[in-house]
Amino acid sequence: MFKNVTSKQWLGLAAFLLAIFVAVPMFIAATGRTDFYFTLTMVALLSIASGGVWLTFYIGRINIGQGAFGLIGAYASAVMITTFDVNFWLALPIAGLFAALVAVLIGLPILRLRGVYFAMITLVLTEVVKLTSLALDITNGARGITNIPRPDALSIFGVTIIPDFATMANPKLGFYYLACLLMVLAFAALYRIVNSRLGHLCRSMQQNEELASSIGVNISHIRLIVFAISSFFGGIGGAMVASLTQSVYPNTFQVKDSVDFMLNVFLGGLGYVFGPMLGTLTIYFGWDLLFFFGKWQLLIYSTLLIILMLILPNGILSLRLKKPGSDVAKAADAAGLALKEGK
Amino acid sequence: MDQIPQILANGVYLGAQYAMIALGLTLIFALMNVLNFAHGQMYVLGGFVTYTIYGAWGLPFVVALAMSCITLAILGALIEKYLFAPVIKKSARDESTMLLAAAIAFLLDAVILLVFGEKQRGVPKLVDGTTILGDYTLVIANDRILICLLAIASIIGFISFMQFSKTGRALRALAQDRVAAQLMGVNVDRYSMIGFALGAMLAGLVGGLLVTITGINLGMGGPTSIKAFMMVMIGGAGVISGAIAGGIILGFLEAAGLALLASYGNITYLLIFVSLMIFLAIRPQGLMGKPWG
Repeated sequence: MFKNVTSKQWLGLAAFLLAIFVAVPMFIAATGRTDFYFTLTMVALLSIASGGVWLTFYIGRINIGQGAFGLIGAYASAVMITTFDVNFWLALPIAGLFAALVAVLIGLPILRLRGVYFAMITLVLTEVVKLTSLALDITNGARGITNIPRPDALSIFGVTIIPDFATMANPKLGFYYLACLLMVLAFAALYRIVNSRLGHLCRSMQQNEELASSIGVNISHIRLIVFAISSFFGGIGGAMVASLTQSVYPNTFQVKDSVDFMLNVFLGGLGYVFGPMLGTLTIYFGWDLLFFFGKWQLLIYSTLLIILMLILPNGILSLRLKKPGSDVAKAADAAGLALKEGK
Repeated sequence: MDQIPQILANGVYLGAQYAMIALGLTLIFALMNVLNFAHGQMYVLGGFVTYTIYGAWGLPFVVALAMSCITLAILGALIEKYLFAPVIKKSARDESTMLLAAAIAFLLDAVILLVFGEKQRGVPKLVDGTTILGDYTLVIANDRILICLLAIASIIGFISFMQFSKTGRALRALAQDRVAAQLMGVNVDRYSMIGFALGAMLAGLVGGLLVTITGINLGMGGPTSIKAFMMVMIGGAGVISGAIAGGIILGFLEAAGLALLASYGNITYLLIFVSLMIFLAIRPQGLMGKPWG
């Protein structure tokens, strides 16, 4: 299944897993900075959603609507858990599937759009989902849904696999492990997709949709699948954020979050599956660190972004993108040039 | 159905101001293929400049409006010359300029927050009184009529400028085909800067006009950009007639929605969005746009 992974990459993966599942909790326990759990859990969850955005970039679409699907997932799980008393472990995948279903319905018309047109409509989508959650009764308007219970115990055939979060001594640690596990699963899935037949088809679409279509690639089918997977990630991320903060408001994900998702992906590098993780970590921690500057936070943050754009307009990993031998990088570069030529 | 005259009047008023916002956005898009996320923030900045000069310092409104235009034109020119132009030259992808625009939107938000604060600001009315026609079927505040007329005059002025002046001709040539325009001796860099300044100026102008009615606050930037995007999508990106059509259509839809759907809560924009998606499924390039820009 992962046959083209070299032993060096397996080693890197092992080191990464060891770092997030063992080293980080040990470090936090040693320093007593338990607030890092929340931050890192958020980073993990937002990287899942960013990973979805990355996948839509992979077929050459600029997606600024992930906030909308995050919000849909958050509300779907919150409504299921509070109103219909559904178990969290069932509500989580259903919330993701619901977001994917909405993505299919919306994607049918809008995936025909390209370039800035697609970017614009997805941005509008974020605002519309927010307005919808304000208008509907089931989402409780501007007051949102609060006091969402923590995840229950998960047991299969009477064997408790995950204990009830409410009875856990340290639910923060529980959420951290859960978020990291989901993140690893999500990125393993992404890696698998990119290195599968679907991934090759995506790359062909990224370079030239008409050409791909002319040699028999069912492009409308593939872009719908990719958009649905992307939104599934967004929905899962959103549902987890709602569960972590135990609340969801129309403002939980807004236009700025959608732009941030795009920023995460871009910063991490588009030709690189694990880029969204790196980008999310950088942006989220960068923003948090700037909190120290008080009211100057946004000014410094935006100035840094602009300077970054001026120095490295192709993203932090653009140096890496040019590394010879990486067909993914070449494809991404070719697609970038094709986009620039207005095709 | 006695609401119809009122809805039509509100539609004309909203449509005229929306069309002006969309014009600036679409001009920048046509010239440079840049989706200016900061457009709403530019509008807010224009509003705050007029508020400061007319509302806080008490100088004549015309001076304030002119200052809004000049400030935004200079700002737009600087942003184009020192931020967009270098990034467009160096970057391989469309989204680089989009991210730059998003960063500029954040920056303007931060600057507005630091300089003007986050309070809602209003200015004294330009003219008092209301016009009442036909036994209370049509009630419009006089200052709205004035602003509406000013907006329509500005749109006509802008179109004539684009149509008849040498600069306007150069800008249209640039929008049509950048390379061909360059071959014909148009100074592409200079006119890109002028075009961006003009687009920003339009945002500042409409901000200055509307501060007299709706007031202005920091949070208005984002939603204004979103509305502008919708208008541009309805009319077709990069087409001036499309921006005007999109603005007027959105204005009328909003006026009708707010009047007729009031009892169902705030679902006007949801319905507009759903219809927009159905419309785009049939016509992805908008009313008057060229396919794929």
